[in-house]
Amino acid sequence: MIRSDIIRSILPVIDDALVVCNIGLPSQELFLHGDRPANFYMLGTMGLASSIGLGLALAQKAPVVGIDGDGSVLTNLGTLPTIANNVASNFTLLIIDNGSYGSTGDQPTYAGQKTSLAAVARACGCNHVVECRAEDTARTLRDALDGGRMTVIVAKCDSGNVPVPVIDLDPAVIRHRFMQEVVRRNAE
Amino acid sequence: MSIHRKITDSLARNRVEFVTTVPCKQLAGVIDLLTSDDRFLHVPANKEDEGMGLCAGAYMGGKRAGIIMQNTAIGVTINALVTLIQYYNIPLPMLISYRGEVGEKVACQVEMAVHTKGLLAQLGIPTYHFHRPDDAEELDGILAHCFMARKPVAILMDASFWGGAK
Repeated sequence: MIRSDIIRSILPVIDDALVVCNIGLPSQELFLHGDRPANFYMLGTMGLASSIGLGLALAQKAPVVGIDGDGSVLTNLGTLPTIANNVASNFTLLIIDNGSYGSTGDQPTYAGQKTSLAAVARACGCNHVVECRAEDTARTLRDALDGGRMTVIVAKCDSGNVPVPVIDLDPAVIRHRFMQEVVRRNAE
Repeated sequence: MSIHRKITDSLARNRVEFVTTVPCKQLAGVIDLLTSDDRFLHVPANKEDEGMGLCAGAYMGGKRAGIIMQNTAIGVTINALVTLIQYYNIPLPMLISYRGEVGEKVACQVEMAVHTKGLLAQLGIPTYHFHRPDDAEELDGILAHCFMARKPVAILMDASFWGGAK
């Protein structure tokens, strides 16, 4: 399985969650297969999906899933101590770890070599860290959301991409409709 | 009232509830106050671009957010400012310790100070320079302006501002 397969497999699981999705192909794949106002697509700023997700989770009550990649987490490795030390029980960080920088041509990352992001997350103080196989991602994510405690999931998958179109939404539209959805879900 | 207290009171009056910080010696007093003030959720960041991500998330979650950092951070955060904060029209007050101005004792700080205003001007970020303690009176208006306009704004607070405020 490649990242695109994982993203399609988790669509039924993330219905009740606000999603902050990583720059590049992950956002394009999520947009293509499951666009909805509760998705915040990053059009730039590699590395900050987990930070945006944590800030969002700390500020309101609805469950939040941050969809990140191994390369982006390595870019913003300081995010893991911040997540560990500011526990938001409504936050799940899903790191889709294909061991490569997928959006730029599958150059290898260190996470595909000697570095274990699950071990790094644990060393940073994250209490609930689960590493899973690609095919178990949807079930692992459902368990995390049902568990009601902050979880970091590292889903290991193969590198590789399928062609997907770019996102043609205006960034202000993405932000505005996302914020309306946040308000709606917090009023429920 | 201390200058630190004036700053935190102004943030609270303008309904800023989420604050992230990366420390600077000049900011120690404000950061101490924030940490023990239950009007704020204070989330220290390891790097300022990470902090801007936290602020963007908190704002979208319905809490007004601000960042407190040193001017050296302008070099770290240009991409986050342009492709996240500005691109998505997210308001972000940046309370910035303006190191490297008159009164500075560490020569290296001057190297970033000489570029600070030029970089902010290049980015089109409204910039305010607090030099005298009374300049803090302007903070209420600047914060209101920031959230009205949905833009980042920079408030540069130099050594004279902090030093004269003891």
